[in-house]
Amino acid sequence: MSRIKSAFENGKAFIPFITCGDPDAETTEAVIREMERNGADLIEIGIPFSDPTAEGPVIQEANIRALAAGITTDGVFDVVRKLRSGADAVKVPFVFMTYANVVFSYGAERFFERCKEVGVDGVILPDVPYEEKEEFAVPARKSGIDFISLIAPTSQDRIGTIAADAEGFVYIVSSLGVTGVRDSITTDIGALAGSIKANTTIPCAVGFGISTPEQAAAAAKHADGAIVGSAIMRLIAANGRKSAPVVGAYVKSMKDALRN
Amino acid sequence: MSNQKGRFGIHGGQYIPETLMNAVLELEEAYNRYKEDPEFNRELTELLNNYAGRPSLLYYAEKMTKDLGGAKIYLKREDLNHTGSHKINNVLGQALLAKKMGKTRLIAETGAGQHGVATATAAALLGMECVVFMGEEDTKRQALNVYRMKLLGASVIPVKTGTATLKDAVSEAMREWTSRIDDTHYCLGSVMGPHPFPTIVRDFQAVISKEIKEQILKLEGKLPDAVLACCGGGSNAIGSFYNFINDPSVKLIGCEAAGRGIDTFETAATINTGKLGIFHGMKSYFCQNEYGQIAPVYSISAGLDYPGIGPEHAMLHDIGRAEYVAVTDDEAVNAFEYLSRTEGIIPAIESAHAVAYAMKLAPTMSKDQIMVITISGRGDKDCAAIARYRGEEIYE
Repeated sequence: MSRIKSAFENGKAFIPFITCGDPDAETTEAVIREMERNGADLIEIGIPFSDPTAEGPVIQEANIRALAAGITTDGVFDVVRKLRSGADAVKVPFVFMTYANVVFSYGAERFFERCKEVGVDGVILPDVPYEEKEEFAVPARKSGIDFISLIAPTSQDRIGTIAADAEGFVYIVSSLGVTGVRDSITTDIGALAGSIKANTTIPCAVGFGISTPEQAAAAAKHADGAIVGSAIMRLIAANGRKSAPVVGAYVKSMKDALRN
Repeated sequence: MSNQKGRFGIHGGQYIPETLMNAVLELEEAYNRYKEDPEFNRELTELLNNYAGRPSLLYYAEKMTKDLGGAKIYLKREDLNHTGSHKINNVLGQALLAKKMGKTRLIAETGAGQHGVATATAAALLGMECVVFMGEEDTKRQALNVYRMKLLGASVIPVKTGTATLKDAVSEAMREWTSRIDDTHYCLGSVMGPHPFPTIVRDFQAVISKEIKEQILKLEGKLPDAVLACCGGGSNAIGSFYNFINDPSVKLIGCEAAGRGIDTFETAATINTGKLGIFHGMKSYFCQNEYGQIAPVYSISAGLDYPGIGPEHAMLHDIGRAEYVAVTDDEAVNAFEYLSRTEGIIPAIESAHAVAYAMKLAPTMSKDQIMVITISGRGDKDCAAIARYRGEEIYE
């Protein structure tokens, strides 16, 4: 059983996302430490990709800035290794979020072995659906890394199959379209979560479009946690190297909303 | 180990967000049903013959043949199709299919603007809404086609992300499709993307090689020795090759865009400079760096300026059935001018890449050998850009 399960043992989980290397690796490291201090239960770390087709403009721009600043896949592994070592090592589970070609090009087996070495617990690849997952999930399992599955509002009759085979947690995509802040979420999360929970005992968390404490609380009402990405990357875009305290305060407000 | 559906050797597959999976499964099911449906095929043939102007001519380029002094050269005139390129073959098929599926809106990516114009045309004809995504860079170099699309009633969205060219237009069209699936069909323009697109687009373009075969057998009583086509994503190339794949005596040659040269970073020659990867829904060859970041490719031709190649071409390359050669901007521009002067045919700058390689290959072949070059589109859209390339400022 993976460390990811522990993230869902402090009430509803708050899962912040950060694009690694925007504006630089040191800032990412500082922000992640601040996220843990302020109640993040699991942290999603984005390995930048040049052409992130599942992302809206905010995270696309974060990817481009991070790559332009020089981050590489090996650079991201270094950031995680630093975060996991020393007396002040970060303890919450880490999940990588990136694209198939980043892992494929590194070599899937080598990639997941490196994940295990540095202390990453799971991987999300939004361009790898159930039909193509074996190529990645098999080497991931060999290294003890959870391959996280996504379920979308359009999944319908696919939900049972995907959920029954899911590892770590199930990522519920709240809305159609790409990542990004939305005014409202119209999908019936309760119905989606119900179909998922009929097929698996692992937790599920909702992402895409969540930015306010109210949205997080509403989304997590029927699920086990809420995932926030674009709202955080917008703070980092605005605050640059001074982002850590700002993001810390934001994470606290979101976790507090989930506690109530 | 990986999903075998929609594979060409190790290439192809369905690497797309879960949000789109039911949409592509639905498309596959509909396509499998309608491709055998006599009524669908009757309607499509009617459109191809009486609207698009098929069959297209197979023209004996006598002056070019004599000038180059080798193989007998025939041109497959896809430039004579309605809308000016081979793109209409696929678009009429997909638009008709989308309509049967109850979709009311078509979205498309476009590079040179030829696929966008074809999609806007089909949408106008069939009474559908149309939105075309085009890299901002391409909206500048192909301004005339932007105007044509708007004239046909389509909205054109300039894509500013990344290199603001074809790959970014594809990414943006995919993003749009994930946000609106119910009434929208993504009319993909090349033999790329997730299954079933590479198969659907190939089947609709295979009419090119079906006609070449019938026409050349009638004219010459034998098969050609070589078939040449330009190759970006590879739709006109696979269309030109498909019905010859099982005729081993026919050499199949895809001409990639080398840009400023395959030894520079300003190239789009995927087979010649790329490596195996996963992008835009498929496993295939892609121009990329050591960490799998997709390269910002370059070619003078907006239609070939793409960092990947369709999975069936990747397979034909692997098994050695087709050969993929690289042609530079300079060579293509020379060929563009050469064909204009020699035969009075102004080819698209994309097609000029195939003409350029033919100019090298034909003299090495004997006079009793036959070469077919697919002229995938006409070059009116390129005149201003080529004039600028030659240092002449003209206003469209």
